[in-house]
Amino acid sequence: MNEFFRQVLFLPEQASTFARDVDHLHYVILSTAMFMATLIFGLAGLFLIRYRRRSESQATRKVQTSLFWEVLFVGSPLTVFLAWFFIGYHDFVWMQTPPPEAMDVYVVAKQWMWKFTYPEGPNSIGVLRVPVGRPVRLLLTSRDVIHSFYVPAFRVKQDALPGAYTQTWFEVTRPGRYRVMCAEYCGLKHSEMWGEVVALSPEDYAAWLREQSAGPVALRDATPGAPERDEPLVPARLAMEYSAEAPHGELMTAERGTLAERGERVAAEKGCLRCHTVDGTAHIGPTWWGLYRREERLEGGGTVVADEAYLTESMMKPQVKQVEGYALVMPSFQGQLDAAEVAALIEYIRTLRGARRDDIRPGGPVYEPIDGR
Amino acid sequence: MNPSMAGSLAEPDYLNHETTVRSWLLTRDHKRIGVMFLVLVIFALLLGGTFAMLLRIELLTPGPTIMGPMTYNRVFTLHGVTMVWLFMIPAIPSAFGNFVLPLMLGAKEVAFPRLNLASVYIYAAGAALTLFGMVWSGADTGWTFYTPYSTTSPTAVTPILLGVFIIGFSTIITGLNFITTTHTLRAPGMHWSRIPLFVWAIYGTSVIQVVATPVLAMVLVLVALERVAGVGIFDPTRGGDPVLFQHMFWFYSHPAVYIMVLPAMGVISEVVCAFSRKNIFGYRMIAASTFGIAFVGFFSWGHHMFVSGQSTFGSGIFGVLSMLVAIFTAIKIFNWVATMYGGAIDLKVPLLYVLGFIFLLTFGGMTGVAVATTSLDVHWHDTYFIVAHFHYIMVGSVLMAFLAALHYWWPKMFGRLFPERWAFVAACTIIFGFIVTFLPQFLLGNMGMPRRYYQYPSEMQWLNVLSTAGASLLAFGFGLIGIYLLWSLRYGKVSPASPWGSRGYEWFSASPPGPHNFREPPRFEREVHDYTVSEAPHVY
Ligand code: HEM
Ligand SMILES: [Cu+2]
Repeated sequence: MNEFFRQVLFLPEQASTFARDVDHLHYVILSTAMFMATLIFGLAGLFLIRYRRRSESQATRKVQTSLFWEVLFVGSPLTVFLAWFFIGYHDFVWMQTPPPEAMDVYVVAKQWMWKFTYPEGPNSIGVLRVPVGRPVRLLLTSRDVIHSFYVPAFRVKQDALPGAYTQTWFEVTRPGRYRVMCAEYCGLKHSEMWGEVVALSPEDYAAWLREQSAGPVALRDATPGAPERDEPLVPARLAMEYSAEAPHGELMTAERGTLAERGERVAAEKGCLRCHTVDGTAHIGPTWWGLYRREERLEGGGTVVADEAYLTESMMKPQVKQVEGYALVMPSFQGQLDAAEVAALIEYIRTLRGARRDDIRPGGPVYEPIDGR
Repeated sequence: MNPSMAGSLAEPDYLNHETTVRSWLLTRDHKRIGVMFLVLVIFALLLGGTFAMLLRIELLTPGPTIMGPMTYNRVFTLHGVTMVWLFMIPAIPSAFGNFVLPLMLGAKEVAFPRLNLASVYIYAAGAALTLFGMVWSGADTGWTFYTPYSTTSPTAVTPILLGVFIIGFSTIITGLNFITTTHTLRAPGMHWSRIPLFVWAIYGTSVIQVVATPVLAMVLVLVALERVAGVGIFDPTRGGDPVLFQHMFWFYSHPAVYIMVLPAMGVISEVVCAFSRKNIFGYRMIAASTFGIAFVGFFSWGHHMFVSGQSTFGSGIFGVLSMLVAIFTAIKIFNWVATMYGGAIDLKVPLLYVLGFIFLLTFGGMTGVAVATTSLDVHWHDTYFIVAHFHYIMVGSVLMAFLAALHYWWPKMFGRLFPERWAFVAACTIIFGFIVTFLPQFLLGNMGMPRRYYQYPSEMQWLNVLSTAGASLLAFGFGLIGIYLLWSLRYGKVSPASPWGSRGYEWFSASPPGPHNFREPPRFEREVHDYTVSEAPHVY
């Protein structure tokens, strides 16, 4: 039954834990909706025949509504719609809530490619490798404009925003290769911004990780400005053919470590650490330890929460919000830090925290290793 | 062009009492202004339609077909901008609203005739600026102008933003004019409980326009400022919030879909009565649901942003509220169908479009309920399913109602009848073509084809080809309509004052009406569309 409906509705394969449940609701809603719509339209057709005009001067009698019909007309569809909504919302909450044991992968979108960074080290462009049967949480951000990470086979989609993090998660149910597309219009090669998720058995995945940490990539020295190929690695023309035997190729970049580690390197290199400490001691500038989401008092009154926006602003226009008790000596880094470096710095600052879970505001997207690594 | 056949008994009508170009360009007659708008929006429709055909031809093959990706991106932007801002928003209120609303109220004029004329020129200026931007370098942002893409794109986004901004003023002025006219210029006998449903629809629309358009104006100016002066409102590297734009944009643009659809619904209410020869079923429910939609429509914008990173709870609220909007729409559909019950139905061309409308609105609305179901929308968002959904419900209904109105009021406006048979063929072609164009797009969305795609996986090709075939049928249908309507202006049969036997109030005036609408002040002594008594036709 499931298979029949799936094919009639042209839905892609169901490769994640959500896919089946989402599809089942899809079948129910679409078939009921189409049934109701056909009924209404059929009734109109019936009236058309039954009450066709017989003479030019035919008068009609006036038909008035009664309360009974009004309530029935409004009440019954409303009940049905709300029922659908609540079932759907139940699934939606599930899809929005990553389980605590999920493994994290950072995703950086950029015109026009996807870059995946694993906490264990390796980076990859275009291809995301995940183990089957384990929840994977993606932490998404973008370097330029809004992109949207979309895997039709998983029924998963999430926008990647510049300057902010969003999250989504999935658990793949069987090994295979699944197409990733960008669903938010992002410019010239929007329709070529493809990648793939390669789901491996847990053993294969472990083997791959081992290989990465021992391979030549790991040995190369990591530099923050490591060049990235500007071409997407899975151009549409190639992905169109989409054969499992011939992988589209991927690039393991020379960068090592997580975004946060990269941020640490950027901080050292650009001279941030000459004035800011990372261990809580005060210096020429405020310390970064515990800075993220801290409430800062400002010179001239008022406070500000040190969120992503504030951190970015402080790097670009330090004079706009000056922290109380510090001299205005910080230069602007406008033009000296590219978006990727800003992101890495923010990452780094976010990890500099004592109590990890407690100070996170619930609701918004959070960036935080769930298992407290 | 003189429908009164130059007979000596014919009184001058609004078309021929003065015929200089100047008398048209400086007219303060709402009917002439309506006709001017009609010409302008039809031009916009043709332009947008041409772009649409180019898009569909490009999508015939998975890879490049007739243009490069940059051109494609510009063409879909121009298609969207032209269709939404230049055609769908002004079409029915500015063209038909201007023409028939004062007639329906028994008024000689709208409340502010000079402002009304100004609104034509403001619209034209905005349209010209937009077209200039298109010719100059053409924006590639989509009609939604999402930041930060729109603030960083190297193309000419600014003139287009300003063009749309200017058009907004035209909309606001027209709205204010209609509101005031409805309040102050009703003829004797026209109680609030007798106001025709088309007027109610235009009135509700005007309220939304006046309230929401300033928000759009604001956000467009902010984007323009960010582009020109580099203020950091939406750009995260300058401390801005990229999602803020989406909230502000949809706060206008979600109600904007009702700015487009409510007037269409008003037309349907009129036409369904006239051709079923019945009073409307549930007058008060239809009028009230208009305001229900206008109100709740303001609180459902977040359903465009389920995957934007907004809070899960917020998505839930917006989902529930969207369901309420759906209910108000459902009420109207039930009432139109119920109006046919016990009627004396004559399936003339305008009614055929009404059936097309009901079909598209019902199926489109049902898919709207489906996308408001949060978990399903995650898969559908930004795919062709959405494209199909809003073409069914928004484009389908505006187009069907526009064509219904055009045919229904054609004799009123120009005093000529169009050839019924040709019109019937054209209507069937258009409705069928529309379904063939957009039905495959629902399936494409299910397969996972994102919108605004220049290239797509090859397994999606045949559905795209089918869709292009449907679009060609549509184009053919429009060509047909253009030909026979132009033909009828000269050679069509002269129409009697009320060719359809309609009891709508606007038919109390001559067809076409004289320069001051009525020879003597009209009195409305019965309900609108009251067919229970036989009535001698009386032209005021
Ligand atoms: C009455 C007329 C309606 C019109 C004119 C209309 C129009 C539109 C348009 C233009 C869009 C696309 C926006 C975009 O992404 O660019 C859209 C999307 C949407 N509509 Fe409708 N709609 C209507 C009714 C409804 C109803 C009744 C519902 C809900 C019950 C609904 C739910 C949605 C949702 C949830 C989306 C967003 C889907 C997404 O972007 O993923 N719509 N609609
Ligand atoms: Cu993208």
